[in-house]
Amino acid sequence: MTTHTITPAAQAAPCSGTRWQGNGVSDIRRRMVDRVATALCWAATVLVLLMLFSILFVLVRNGVGGLRWVTFVHVTLPPGQAGGLANAIVGSLIQTGLAVLIGAPVGLLVGIYLAEFTATDGKLINFVRFVSDLLLSAPSILVGLFIYMIVVVPSGHFSGLAGALALSMLVVPVVVRTTEDMLRLVPLAMREAAIALGAPRWRMILFVCLRAAREGVATGILLALARVSGETAPLLFTSLGNMNWSIAPGKPMASLPVTIYQYAGAAYADWTALAWTGALLITAGILMINITVRLGLGRNRK
Amino acid sequence: MERSATSPSALTGAARGNGDAVFAAIVRFSAALILLGLGGMVAVMAWGARGAFARFGPGFMFDKAWNPVTQHFGAAAPMFGTVITALLAILLAVPLAFGIAVWLTEIASARIAGIIGTLIQLLAAVPSIIFGMWGFAVLVPFMAHYVEPLASHTLGRVPGIGTLFRGAPYGTGFLTGGMILAVMITPFICAVMRDVFLSIPAVLKESAYGLGMTRWEVVRRIILPWSRSSVVGGVMLGLGRALGETMAITFVIGNANHIGWSLFSPGNTIASLIALEFPESAVGSLKFSSLMAAGFLLMLISLGTLVCSRLLLRTKATGR
Repeated sequence: MTTHTITPAAQAAPCSGTRWQGNGVSDIRRRMVDRVATALCWAATVLVLLMLFSILFVLVRNGVGGLRWVTFVHVTLPPGQAGGLANAIVGSLIQTGLAVLIGAPVGLLVGIYLAEFTATDGKLINFVRFVSDLLLSAPSILVGLFIYMIVVVPSGHFSGLAGALALSMLVVPVVVRTTEDMLRLVPLAMREAAIALGAPRWRMILFVCLRAAREGVATGILLALARVSGETAPLLFTSLGNMNWSIAPGKPMASLPVTIYQYAGAAYADWTALAWTGALLITAGILMINITVRLGLGRNRK
Repeated sequence: MERSATSPSALTGAARGNGDAVFAAIVRFSAALILLGLGGMVAVMAWGARGAFARFGPGFMFDKAWNPVTQHFGAAAPMFGTVITALLAILLAVPLAFGIAVWLTEIASARIAGIIGTLIQLLAAVPSIIFGMWGFAVLVPFMAHYVEPLASHTLGRVPGIGTLFRGAPYGTGFLTGGMILAVMITPFICAVMRDVFLSIPAVLKESAYGLGMTRWEVVRRIILPWSRSSVVGGVMLGLGRALGETMAITFVIGNANHIGWSLFSPGNTIASLIALEFPESAVGSLKFSSLMAAGFLLMLISLGTLVCSRLLLRTKATGR
């Protein structure tokens, strides 16, 4: 690597132990710069950790008061009527569940395509991977607009299914990523053994490779679930939200993030309190999934 | 299937070719779905935007007006807000992410770095609406009471850059939006930086330390040159995220269709404009079409950024 040439200044710097101890002006300066840089790195780390703890603290302080039984059994009600979040919680569970049911199989198959079909369609595979990566970071509100145009407008009404479809577009690239990575870790010997026993290729992929990689793949699906369960923007124009109890996927459906969004800006104290409780619930759920996944991965690596 | 001819299963391949062909077809169909998804998004946006582009032409991008009464729409103000907040976010997030990445890889012990690294990554998992609420409840009052008055009394008096820091301290605005975005994208940039920093062959760093370099000199002269293109790729990835962010920004941007050089003034971004105005616009109306056009522009901007990012990250991955 030509970029790693050492600068003249560094070459001229004293290398022997005794000279290094010398108190030349440049030495002091170099050490001061090093100290300052080190201090700034500490400061950056502490600052960002403080942000994390500040977010968690505010969530707990404002949200913990609403963790009562009524919050989980009552549906959202007009201000002043002791409403809860039951319809939003159930709606969120249905929509994220459906999104994973739709998105995960597609993501799995595309991950298999990227990992196992390199020999036959190499160039196309790079392109598909590229597009999947783009989809991973595409603005999620535009995903909502897209589903609005192709599902909500033709069908004539908002629906929980449309919301689930929008979310599933965000599930797919996450699952693709982890599935491909995990399949590539499966040793060649296992594939050869399966083929040598006379298994056709599809059985080899599904029942040997995918089975061997199942923990990693499950991790990816969980992470995708965690990612979409907090998404608000794709649901705004697809499942819309619903003040009443609704579990029919063909009708507008409430969800925690959208309810939080509607309530957080409201002028009623009980609505904002519910918004904070919802925020606490959803963050706690997502962080718990993430921590579980990371602890699981850490254990497997040892 | 050319491949099965050379593999051992060719012995019994004739009977099994069918299952393999079906499976390959299913898998290829799924891959086509992904391409259709992204292609469809671009196409549908363009289709929905045709009315606005036909009416206003390319001038749509440079027109500051957004007036539903006179049916006159332009995307200049939200585009300006989108770019300004994203750039501010990058400006704030890159030093933070770099500092953390250096701290995790060079300063902290492996065990501590594992724990703190996980905590930093948890920040990436927090949903954007939570950042928005936190920004609204914590950051906005903090900015309005302390940061903005202080900055306008000190920095605001400096000739030249002073314009940036003058204005009423609402607390909401471009700077607050940029700060929220910075907190959100720092973990993403940091994760990329940390991965490339860890991929540097230890012998390079060890020889540099052996020559008597200080830690900062190793970072500056060995680590940075080695990882430059990946670091830029990671930064672009963060930029792409910042451009398309909706919920966090909507809470703190102030939602005023406004272009101004004061960082404290309320503004708007394309994503938050869509989030706020879309529910109030009828399908087929000019406003609807203008919102789709704004969405199309956002799509182009963020896809362009992400493509750059992926290309930069990929060259490094293959060149290693």
